Amino acid sequence: MRVAPKEIQTFRDDFTYSNSPEAIQRFPFPFPEDDYRYSVNMEPHTPKGGEGSAYEHFIDVDEHYLSEMKERSLVLKEMSHRCLAMEHMDLACWDMIERCMVTMSEDYPQHFKLERNGENWTWENKLLNQKDEFVFGDSSTLPLPPMEYIGRQVQGDFALLDQREGDLFLDAGIITCPADWSLAFDAGMNFTEWHGPVPMAHSEGIFERALKYLTAIQVGKPVRRMNWTMTVNARMDTSPETYHEWGHERTSVTPENVAEKVYLRVELQVLDRMPRSNALMFSIRTYLMSLEDIVTNPEWAKRMHRVMKTLPAPLIDYKGLTRYHGMVVEYLSQFDKAN
Amino acid sequence: MSGDQITVVVSAIEQVAPSIREFTLTSKDATLYPFSPGSHVVVEMQGESKTYKNAYSLMSDPWDTDAYKIAVRLQDSSRGGSIYMHEQVEVGDELKITPPANMFAPEWGAKKHVLIAGGVGITPFMSYLPELMRRDADFELHYLYRGNNTGAYKAELAQELGARYFGYDSVQGDKCDITTLFAERLLGTHFYICGPESLIEGVKSLADECGVPASAIHYEEFAAPQPGEPFEVEIKSSGVVVPVGAEESMLEALEAAEIEVPNLCRGGVCGQCVCQVEEGEIEHRDHFLSGAEKAAGTAVMPCVSRAKSKRLVIEI
Repeated sequence: MRVAPKEIQTFRDDFTYSNSPEAIQRFPFPFPEDDYRYSVNMEPHTPKGGEGSAYEHFIDVDEHYLSEMKERSLVLKEMSHRCLAMEHMDLACWDMIERCMVTMSEDYPQHFKLERNGENWTWENKLLNQKDEFVFGDSSTLPLPPMEYIGRQVQGDFALLDQREGDLFLDAGIITCPADWSLAFDAGMNFTEWHGPVPMAHSEGIFERALKYLTAIQVGKPVRRMNWTMTVNARMDTSPETYHEWGHERTSVTPENVAEKVYLRVELQVLDRMPRSNALMFSIRTYLMSLEDIVTNPEWAKRMHRVMKTLPAPLIDYKGLTRYHGMVVEYLSQFDKAN
Repeated sequence: MSGDQITVVVSAIEQVAPSIREFTLTSKDATLYPFSPGSHVVVEMQGESKTYKNAYSLMSDPWDTDAYKIAVRLQDSSRGGSIYMHEQVEVGDELKITPPANMFAPEWGAKKHVLIAGGVGITPFMSYLPELMRRDADFELHYLYRGNNTGAYKAELAQELGARYFGYDSVQGDKCDITTLFAERLLGTHFYICGPESLIEGVKSLADECGVPASAIHYEEFAAPQPGEPFEVEIKSSGVVVPVGAEESMLEALEAAEIEVPNLCRGGVCGQCVCQVEEGEIEHRDHFLSGAEKAAGTAVMPCVSRAKSKRLVIEI
């Protein structure tokens, strides 16, 4: 079932964000096994799950489109440095424009329209009610810098990784819904540097293998992986820059409100080689689902209990769950009596 | 791993120098991908007794999605691939190629780009030039060739680039003074070298002497795997033994035996085909493994490297 974009809801203050029954059904639940363990868990980013699935298209446009675009504009208004692109990444930004516009107009012709006449392009976004004409590759013909221009029209965070010296460098991004990391802090870092805080994986050689794999991703062969954490309240922008606004909310979780206050935060990450610049586009699409919505699916409730119960302590700390992890396990245990 | 192949049609062939042929490849089905400067494709050629797979730099404008161009030099010691391209391929023929991949991209953060080409090593730079000019980047091209024999495109390059073009004809005794290039470089200049191994090694050692940081030196060698003594390679886990002939690479022998090995460049650069070595002595010929890794003798790049012993036992 496809989900049409609905009216604007909020990811802050009064938190009116909600998931419809259809959105719950198509939620990309991230746990394939009862035990949680680290894995690079890459697979080709090809359609699966049929019509209406979150994996049906290269870019998933769902019922939260307008809300997420509104939230992004609020973040950028307060902190313009949440979008940045170094000068040498200009062509990579145009690669991103091409990739997004071509696939979105093909996959959602009712919402987006692209006309190409040589380098003269016309883009119409019917959801945001905007229409622009520009010359492909000429940033002066866009109303905004190219990364910000397209980033304000696509759900999810995007980073463009420059590939050189056999490594990847975080040289451009639009990051307004991060799981506690900062673009301004990580900008210019290489792959190993920006993964510095991740526990356990460094000694297991995971990053060396991952880097070798990522630098060899070929044009037309995008791959995806899932990542997850938890967030208190339906807050998209859990960045270090706004920590003072959300960090203390972890203390507001009680056994009584845990089901409605704690959200499973899933990131559908896609890596796609950009043909013109050889950059790697890294998109991080975030889905938020409250525990009370998750347990409407008995299989998910059971599995999530088992995963939470076996989660290693360093990961509980790294993901910032320490204060309420016990309450989550306790709440979920009622759906998994055998365990 | 080696990508979905694209079927292309040879739409034009031009003899651009006595030993160099240029092929124009047009897509049969969909439009071609735009690509980044310095990209190559692997062309698959169905010979009578074996399949050849050679990597060639794309030399057309990276924004042109109607056709790709490659140039093939008839190698003195061709193992069949370049002979096939020169003698078998005709206009209208179909070829299979991989999507473009890049091991030799420009460093766009550079203040200035100095391109040094030896002979048919000019090809990757042919795709650099349109993008350098679109960006209005500061660059110069130094082209070393041997008379008309390898000096394809020299007249058009000289005309197009004007003061940014420097040609050196070894037949005329012209010499490129690399030391002066290094000494007079602007801070933040990056150097790109493509040509025979002797040119690359020469420039690299001069860079070292002149104090140019290794991170500012980029190179791509277009040499095909060189022949050697025949040997056997055994896959430890399966016990399968594959003979490697004098004229074929270990990678080609494994592929002929239907053993899949991930690969991209087939020239000892990208590191994708690396295999663990359990037993046997290796003759390393790649540019990927470090000196220490080579000395350890526990990894081999089957695309170019061979065995010194009669048998090599590996794991993929």
